[in-house]
Amino acid sequence: MGNHAHISMLSRSNNVGLARLAAASFASELDFTLNELEEIKVAVSEAVTNCIIHAYPLEEGIIEIDMRIEGEELIIVVEDKGVGIEDVEAVLQPNYSTKEEHMGLGLAFIDSFMDRFELSSEPGKGTIVQMYKTPEKLKNRKEAIS
Amino acid sequence: MDITTELEGNILIARLAGELDIETVQAFREKVVPETERPGVKTLILNLNKVSFIDSTGIGAILGRYRFLEKKGGKVLLVGLKAPVKKIIKMAGLLEIMPEYSSEEKALNEIGEGRIA
Repeated sequence: MGNHAHISMLSRSNNVGLARLAAASFASELDFTLNELEEIKVAVSEAVTNCIIHAYPLEEGIIEIDMRIEGEELIIVVEDKGVGIEDVEAVLQPNYSTKEEHMGLGLAFIDSFMDRFELSSEPGKGTIVQMYKTPEKLKNRKEAIS
Repeated sequence: MDITTELEGNILIARLAGELDIETVQAFREKVVPETERPGVKTLILNLNKVSFIDSTGIGAILGRYRFLEKKGGKVLLVGLKAPVKKIIKMAGLLEIMPEYSSEEKALNEIGEGRIA
């Protein structure tokens, strides 16, 4: 039993709330706790905020949010066609930041709140963040069975 | 986001309600930041009792005020953190540099008794 939803939105700050609510609503089809849904909201908020601040710093662009449920796993892909990242490895270092007030926390939150995430980017073409999460309850059940 | 501020001597109390993210941080910058820049203001009590969501943008805004006031010998005190908000604030390390209280009264008492400079 899978499911799929897709949102295409302008990189406007007033769309971030919509993105995270849509993601949490979509994710609630799986057996996530309220705490886990909050974590998903933060991760999506960070990914979309990064698109607005970093991918499209000068003009608005399109942010694509693809949400899937495959088996018991939630997969959220946030993609932009913005400026891209020159050095992906550097961005993934703790506390990496190009903005004074941001501290490099955005990707750290995504890393903490999702089971795993992948970041791929090409300068001038855009960036893709893929995030994966399975409900803890299900992981615990599987561990108990095995 | 609804923000109200109140000045008590050199203490600024800011009460926030709603979600603190890239959309609403602008209201924080417009309503809280200038108040902390008033001459004499050294302490900011940030009441987040009605804040239901915060992300790294909100954290950055709070940290910005902390850095600003610290240079003036001041402090930021946090009040009324709800569980999801507290989790983010704690993970960001803010509770290591900003004390947290369950009410404004308790924060004001701490300042009044001189435990917080």
